[in-house]
Amino acid sequence: MSEFRLNVFKRASLSRNFEQFVFNGIKNKVFKLPIYLSAGQEYISATIAQVMNDKDIEPNIFIQHRGHSTYLSFEASIEKLIDELLGRKTGCANGMGGSASIHSVEKNIFGHDGLMGSQVPIAVGHCYKTQEPTIVYMGDASAEEDYVLGALGWASTKNLPILFIVEDNNLSILTEKKVRRNWEMQNVAKAFNMRAYSIQDEPHSIRDSLAGAFDGPMLLNIGTHRKFWHSGAGIDNEDIFDRYMEEMKLLGPKALLIHEETKNKVEKLWQKQLEKQ
Amino acid sequence: MAKTVRETIKELTRNHLLAGSKCYGQCLTAVGWVGGTLPEFYEKDGMVELSMADVAGAGIVVGAALAGERPIYVVRYQGFQWFNAPIIANYAMKSKDIWKRPCPMLIRSIAMEGGIGPVAGSSHHSIYHRMPGVKIISPMTAKEYTMAYENFMSDDDVYYISEHRKSYDNNLELENIIHDNADITLFPISITRFAAMQAATELNEAGYKINVIHQVWIKPFVFYEQWNTALKNSKFGGLVLDDDYAEGVASSIAHTMMLESNSRVETLCLQNKTAGFYPSVDNLPPNKEQIKKKILSIMKQYGSRRK
Repeated sequence: MSEFRLNVFKRASLSRNFEQFVFNGIKNKVFKLPIYLSAGQEYISATIAQVMNDKDIEPNIFIQHRGHSTYLSFEASIEKLIDELLGRKTGCANGMGGSASIHSVEKNIFGHDGLMGSQVPIAVGHCYKTQEPTIVYMGDASAEEDYVLGALGWASTKNLPILFIVEDNNLSILTEKKVRRNWEMQNVAKAFNMRAYSIQDEPHSIRDSLAGAFDGPMLLNIGTHRKFWHSGAGIDNEDIFDRYMEEMKLLGPKALLIHEETKNKVEKLWQKQLEKQ
Repeated sequence: MAKTVRETIKELTRNHLLAGSKCYGQCLTAVGWVGGTLPEFYEKDGMVELSMADVAGAGIVVGAALAGERPIYVVRYQGFQWFNAPIIANYAMKSKDIWKRPCPMLIRSIAMEGGIGPVAGSSHHSIYHRMPGVKIISPMTAKEYTMAYENFMSDDDVYYISEHRKSYDNNLELENIIHDNADITLFPISITRFAAMQAATELNEAGYKINVIHQVWIKPFVFYEQWNTALKNSKFGGLVLDDDYAEGVASSIAHTMMLESNSRVETLCLQNKTAGFYPSVDNLPPNKEQIKKKILSIMKQYGSRRK
């Protein structure tokens, strides 16, 4: 099994175990704020972060509200994320950002204000100014915001080194994509003269699609599955496909060991931060 | 000859771009160069044409501001702020509070009126007034505009500059008029400042004592002691004038004045109706005659009761 795949699994495992701990915490009323869990979707950021690491690229990253896995995959401070979810001033967003507006100066991760899709034009403007590699995440619902489409067009006009990632879980809260629209984001991006692909959250597919990223604007619409509720602790569908569990099966005992070690590490970190109260 | 407001804005913008920053907006480099307020620069010089997507365009400028560019963002009609405001108000103005990442940008928001219909006409600074993280200035003179720009360059907040096209030819500074024991004190904003001066001059010539205290800094609003004293000493209280609807900046600062002075302060602003294109259905800022009429009406109404 490739080292790449195992490295992606390590990043995904950190996110999955973190989210599982938070899921249990929500159930036990540890948190006093709305929390948007990214479990089920973690393979997107885990893979992209691994590819960036392998290529020695440190992009500017514009995150969306369901962003724990992006934050963790790009190696931002887990302790600061825990503190943020606990509403502490030592949190990554000074206790102001909660779950939805996390950021990291050290890892060039820019927070999201809660206005769906606003991160897209902001990322485009930032990229225009800096001309640095930039990644912006959005969901399949926020991609429908009119200002997202306007920003895609301008990024194409200016041929910016920006990568648009659509985390397509097919849901806006619980409303399916087919109810909301009859078009696909990759086709919209192509109409804007941009390279664009529709793929699933399988790590080799994502890695291969990233060839030539930042040579100009590019959009990847990546199919994925949200494991938990839109917000809070619950499961909409017990039978939903789980990329993380599939990869663990595929990778065998090594992955199982990584999972267990990471689970222990995450639990210890949580305990340590909780004891600080 | 003193510089006009137009020449001042143009020179400040030229120097801003020559220093490496950028100016963004729609249709900047077309004939007219935004009423002659822009140097004839193009994208290579820092004059950046955005697409006609207003909300996205404003968001793009916010991104440039977040990257430290200190952009000037030109919005050619203040009414277009209804499209431009969402990302400016929710990201640029909040970024410093939430993430300690300032997002300073200077918004040139340009008012005009007269036959331009229900959206484009008049000032709309009240849209932003309720939000934290913004400073609002309405300069009508060259010195005031320079002061606004210099404050922006030494600050890390969003600056909303409420301009008015009819001020562009102005090369005079506007001084406050303060009498001992005046009849009433006017607090005019934006283009109403010129009409207020005319109304005050005519009424003063007719034997009344009318104070005029110009309102340039809209937010944060500071009610200086000298102004408070002038208001307290005014027989019939105060009158705030604005080129926006009363239900916003004007009512807000009138409220502050009343709390601090215990004097009555009224407002005279746009009428609470939609503007049409034809002169008979337009909605214009209060002119000299309307201001005089309002002052005399206040004096008549409260003459026996004093304030």
